[in-house]
Amino acid sequence: MKMVKPGVYFWQGNEACAEGAITAGCRFFAGYPITPASEIAEHMAKRLPQIGGIAIQMEDEMASIGAVIGASWAGAKAMTATSGPGFSLMQESIGYAFMTETPCVVVDVQRLGPSTGQATKCGQGDVMQSRWGTHGDHAAIVLAPNSVQEMFDLTIKAFNLAEKYRTPVIILADATIAHMREKITVPSLEEIEIINRKKPEADEKAFFGFEEVPPMPAVGEGFNVPVTGSTHNEYGIRFTADPMVHRKLVERLNSKIENHVEEIAEVETYNFDDCKIGIVSFGCTSRAVPEAVEEAEKRGVKAGYIRLKTIWPFPEKKVEIMAEKAETIIVPEINLKQLFYEVERASKGLAKVVPLNKIGGGELITPEELLNKILEAAN
Amino acid sequence: MVEEIFSIRKYLRNLKLPFCPGCGIFTVMNSFLRAVHNLGFENLKSFVFCSGIGCSSWISSPYFIADSIHTIHGRSIPVATGVKLVRPDLNVVVFGGDGDIVGIGLSHFIHAARRNLDILVIMINNMVYGMTGGQVAPTTPFGVKTTTTPYGAFEHPIDAPKLAVTAGACYSARWTTAHPKELRESIEKTLRMKGFRFIEVVSQCPTTIGRRMGFKNAGEMVKWFKEKAVPVEQVEKMAEKELEGKIIVGEFVEREKPTLTENIQSRMGRLRIEG
Amino acid sequence: MRVEIRISGLGGQGVVLAGYILGKAAVYDGKNVVQTQSYGAEARGSAAKSELIISDEKIGFPMVRKCDILVAMSREAVKKNLKDLKKNGILLIDSSYVKSEVKAEAKIFKIQATHIAEKLYGQKIYANMVMLGALTKITNIVNENSMEQAIKNVVPKETIIKNIQAYKKGIEII
Repeated sequence: MKMVKPGVYFWQGNEACAEGAITAGCRFFAGYPITPASEIAEHMAKRLPQIGGIAIQMEDEMASIGAVIGASWAGAKAMTATSGPGFSLMQESIGYAFMTETPCVVVDVQRLGPSTGQATKCGQGDVMQSRWGTHGDHAAIVLAPNSVQEMFDLTIKAFNLAEKYRTPVIILADATIAHMREKITVPSLEEIEIINRKKPEADEKAFFGFEEVPPMPAVGEGFNVPVTGSTHNEYGIRFTADPMVHRKLVERLNSKIENHVEEIAEVETYNFDDCKIGIVSFGCTSRAVPEAVEEAEKRGVKAGYIRLKTIWPFPEKKVEIMAEKAETIIVPEINLKQLFYEVERASKGLAKVVPLNKIGGGELITPEELLNKILEAAN
Repeated sequence: MVEEIFSIRKYLRNLKLPFCPGCGIFTVMNSFLRAVHNLGFENLKSFVFCSGIGCSSWISSPYFIADSIHTIHGRSIPVATGVKLVRPDLNVVVFGGDGDIVGIGLSHFIHAARRNLDILVIMINNMVYGMTGGQVAPTTPFGVKTTTTPYGAFEHPIDAPKLAVTAGACYSARWTTAHPKELRESIEKTLRMKGFRFIEVVSQCPTTIGRRMGFKNAGEMVKWFKEKAVPVEQVEKMAEKELEGKIIVGEFVEREKPTLTENIQSRMGRLRIEG
Repeated sequence: MRVEIRISGLGGQGVVLAGYILGKAAVYDGKNVVQTQSYGAEARGSAAKSELIISDEKIGFPMVRKCDILVAMSREAVKKNLKDLKKNGILLIDSSYVKSEVKAEAKIFKIQATHIAEKLYGQKIYANMVMLGALTKITNIVNENSMEQAIKNVVPKETIIKNIQAYKKGIEII
């Protein structure tokens, strides 16, 4: 068995994520066991050697992301997978990957924190950690699958974005989506777009600037590339005092993502530009939305939704359009208001934004609970 | 006999080195590049250097004309792990300080030795956190005053070469900057060896700890290293009391074992990553 | 068509595996399927359940709220889950464990699953297959051939024959 054959499967979310990574060209995985993400490591450990890749269990999450960064600079597409606590430990290196423009994918299968919390239960509390977990000014690309199919599809997209923009990309999954099994269709390889990092010409020397996304050599190719998390010029040479070098570098690193929000930020919408009650959701919580909206419409309430497949960069224009017509926007999430404030900010006061939060035991917000909130808001 | 004219400049970018006058790093840098030259490497293209944070991590980055990955504090060995697993054909060398390798990064050091990751780690032990201004390190001698132990260090220092032996390293040695010849020979030997290889170099930081320990200059400190050095071969004959305050130098282990890459290869039948 | 199923019992009774096999068979039938599961921290002996939604339509909310079919493999499972069974739903009980009378507005089927498994196949663990056979016959939600195929693809090779026999026994006894 090499690459998975196109066809219909009944997979667990974590399995789909691993197969998506392999399909995208991932050939290196380093990780540390943690519920509810361990199945990704297990699947990679079994599958990668079959296709000439390597999977290794490291001593901790800091080592895991470190090895991923090393592997990426050695020329491999590389990934790690963890949950909230391990994601916290990886944050310093995620910042390093951003600063050094190292393409890699980090999967955070969210569980219920803070701390050890209810470790086996589902949560959505890492929305802000995925955006602001590391220090300093940085942009983030964070994708949020809501089905097993998307665990596959968005993992491929994550690698494509990582390679295209030379940046770490986060997959913000959750225990519900990662552990459930669903029917999934694996398309043929010809139908899947795979993006690889731009390689330099033989005489190129600037791998950290002069263009929005510079080419990336691998080590051992003779380019003598100095890679550093310190502020550096276009050639990778450390400049730790010059304000202009820092400004130029960090502004470019941010703008190379912020200038492409429309392309990166993917949403699924229904009546979003013409509804009385709008809903903005992501991940497992979004699975309750279509039914609640349908039931609301049966009761004469015009409802619509935006479902974020990309949380960061935040698709604020879409939310603003919703807010122009909507009286109320509901933000259901299984945390205590994390996406809520972002929606409120993007709504620019045009609509009333109300939270719907529920935490504990891995319980999801049900369509009935959401419907009640819609009806309450409509009256 | 005519000494071959050699300058380490051929391996270095034309940049001003950032180290303080009298810093032991110059000795290490010289010894390493001299060893590389003696082994016949005209350039550093077959090497990848990984380093963390601290003065010693600047040895390779960006001064060597080579691929160098200057990582965050303590994670040079994990990054080297990723590089080596994907490109087992490259010589991966880690430079780091004592804080980087056996302070914040200690766990990775032990695990890399346990895995027998095929890399050379050169740890410059200046017994202090020098870059940050002279705080106590896991290698600071007992009783020495630092900025964070104003009444004297109340912990005992770690013995990194011994730890490397226990963890499974193929080679482990300690020298000081008063032993440049031995250091160079040790580097030459280890660059021809496989497996996890570790060299500690006890080095002077005249700017921070040297002053606090009462040395007027770098030369005095190097002289002190020479006086305090006891060859490992003599240790057995000495009583524990006699060894107090001494620096045990020499080779602690030299052995052959299948490397991590070889073990993966024999388990999986594959090595180089394709595509 | 849309059916919500809950298979409940104790850890070690193979309820999660049963749900997986049933879901896989439904996928072979071309249906949309979502399967979720929950169990206690202990691997054995605590309450375990596996839930499925099988539908021709796209499945939104993935959790079973009120089930059309409830399989209860232990006394606790009946006690805990009966409230979630829809009125006139289908209730399958492993009567090897559940001996007392169950009062419910449901079509109740009492199956000696564990008893049969132990007697005919030498191990209690095949009880889940007996239950799946009975469930297939009673509800017709999946094709019998798809079920056999799913069992073959999921269980360890050396146990395929006994698993299939147990599954067929379940069909036979209804």
